[in-house]
Amino acid sequence: MTAETIIQSLASGLLMGLLYGLIAVGLALIFGLMDVVNFAHGEFLMIAMYVTFFLFTFFAIDPLLAAPLAAAALFVLGAVVYLVVVRFAMRAKANVGMVQIFATFGLAIVMRGLAQLFFTADYRSVPQSWLGGKTVSIAGIFLPQPQLFGALVAIAAFGGLYLFINRTDFGRALEATREDPGAVALVGIDKNRVFALGWGLGGALVGLAGAIMASFFYIYPDVGASFALIAYVTVALGGFGSVFGAFAGGIIVGLVEATTALVLPPSLKSVGIYAVYLLVVFIRPRGLFGSM
Amino acid sequence: MDKSFTERRRRELLVAACLAVAAALVPLFVKNPNVQNIMILTLMFGALSQSWNILSGYCGQISLGHALYFGLGAYTTTLLFTKFGVPPWFGMLAGGVISAVIAMALGYPCFRLGGHYFAIATIVIAEIGLLLIQNWDWAGAALGIEMPVRGDSWLKFQFARSKLPYFYFALALACIAWIVTWWLEDSKWGYWWRAVKDNPDAAQSLGVVVFDSKMGAAAVSAFLVAVGGSFYAMYVSYIDPGSVMGFQFSLLMALPAVLGGIGTLWGPLLGAVILIPLTELTRSYIGGSGRGVDLIVYGTLIVVIALARPEGLIGLFSRRKETAR
Repeated sequence: MTAETIIQSLASGLLMGLLYGLIAVGLALIFGLMDVVNFAHGEFLMIAMYVTFFLFTFFAIDPLLAAPLAAAALFVLGAVVYLVVVRFAMRAKANVGMVQIFATFGLAIVMRGLAQLFFTADYRSVPQSWLGGKTVSIAGIFLPQPQLFGALVAIAAFGGLYLFINRTDFGRALEATREDPGAVALVGIDKNRVFALGWGLGGALVGLAGAIMASFFYIYPDVGASFALIAYVTVALGGFGSVFGAFAGGIIVGLVEATTALVLPPSLKSVGIYAVYLLVVFIRPRGLFGSM
Repeated sequence: MDKSFTERRRRELLVAACLAVAAALVPLFVKNPNVQNIMILTLMFGALSQSWNILSGYCGQISLGHALYFGLGAYTTTLLFTKFGVPPWFGMLAGGVISAVIAMALGYPCFRLGGHYFAIATIVIAEIGLLLIQNWDWAGAALGIEMPVRGDSWLKFQFARSKLPYFYFALALACIAWIVTWWLEDSKWGYWWRAVKDNPDAAQSLGVVVFDSKMGAAAVSAFLVAVGGSFYAMYVSYIDPGSVMGFQFSLLMALPAVLGGIGTLWGPLLGAVILIPLTELTRSYIGGSGRGVDLIVYGTLIVVIALARPEGLIGLFSRRKETAR
């Protein structure tokens, strides 16, 4: 194993890690806002990938241009899921935690069923796109362009999200609602509206990720499951509710995955991520950046 | 302890005995193998969910990785039988003991974690187990492993001609899981667990050994689930890592208890009796086309029950009980 191979795989790991961060940040945002873990997060990703696929197939829209459209579609989906299901799950008087887990898990199964029914279980892919299959070489390291683009989008999205939360009225309303959902009603903030927009925003972020993934990953009804698990680990690693934690968690997960793939057979590459998660929470029980 | 409480416990035991006898008589009238298969699966999931409920319901430590213990039971039994010719009965015991020991070894670091961090740790540990088995060639790797047919015998627990022995074994399993829960409910452990679930800090200050209670619950729960796994391996005589140790299975195991009533004595069985036949019927009547309609029906059902009856379907019965008390 040469130094070049190591640098090469760490570089691809970093790109993938930024994308993992983008997939996970919606989950972290929603959790931070209202303590709900969305077990249908992977299915959100799956739907975003299908949206991108169909925009390409029927309207020849490149995944690059489809990304904002997929984000918009997922914004609507996120808000609708909150208004139709999660809002009621939060009203439960008993077992709130389990009700939320299983309400969103049931929803995930419905979404997979719908995908199978309407799109069939076939593996699909976007055969050609502007960036697909192209690489760029920086100082002797080859980086695939779709992933590089995805990493840039992820960085931009995190930057945008930071400004949005800290500099806009809605961002402040989001922060205030997260601190005390009861008290914000006194200053005229509609809690339900903020939560619905929070879910929409979480959906939009995973929508962006899905559009990017669609250009280099197979699209099928169960595609969300494996990425969802990585997203949970990413969020927990960074510390539940911390948006910055999801960003850092994503990078760590990407790098660890790439490193594991260097020493273990590819089929075991996730073992490294899981082991690092356990190691981190055994030392810091609330993740790297979670509040104590 | 007041009289009505003791009376209620005795009545529960009586009801359970009547139900068990009634269930034992059913296969004498119902000969259809498909229906018998659904009954066996219902009893098995009832037993599994009841066992999961001990750690996650009573003690409040939500495990979403119990498929690990199910898989360990299934694999221990299958490997001992196929590779060394050890009768499944010993495999079952070995699987149970191994699972209980592993549950405690994992519990030692994990029980310090709270809420979602604990739940995700359980998922992740089960996934590691799954990946290791998938890459373990001697154990059949991702393709799985088949139980060789060695002829009908009780010693080898193989019956090709009739499903009845499996049915009665599953019934016994469900009864054992129920009785263990019933007995633990009113034991020192049962009270500790509920105290740990409601408020661990308060429990600690009142002298409840929080850590030991969690370890005890994990060991009992894992042992019983592993026995269920052994049974499943013998019943279907073919196992593969994805179907016995996957994340999906962990959720399937938890589902009857959650829908029936988490942390209750009757919830898991009630949930299994409603959920498993429904799952199997939707799968065989509308799932055959592979078009996903069965998933839609199944998922909708989960959402609706979770939203409409957050305390579980058992709540439909308990209201009457409360007014009677």
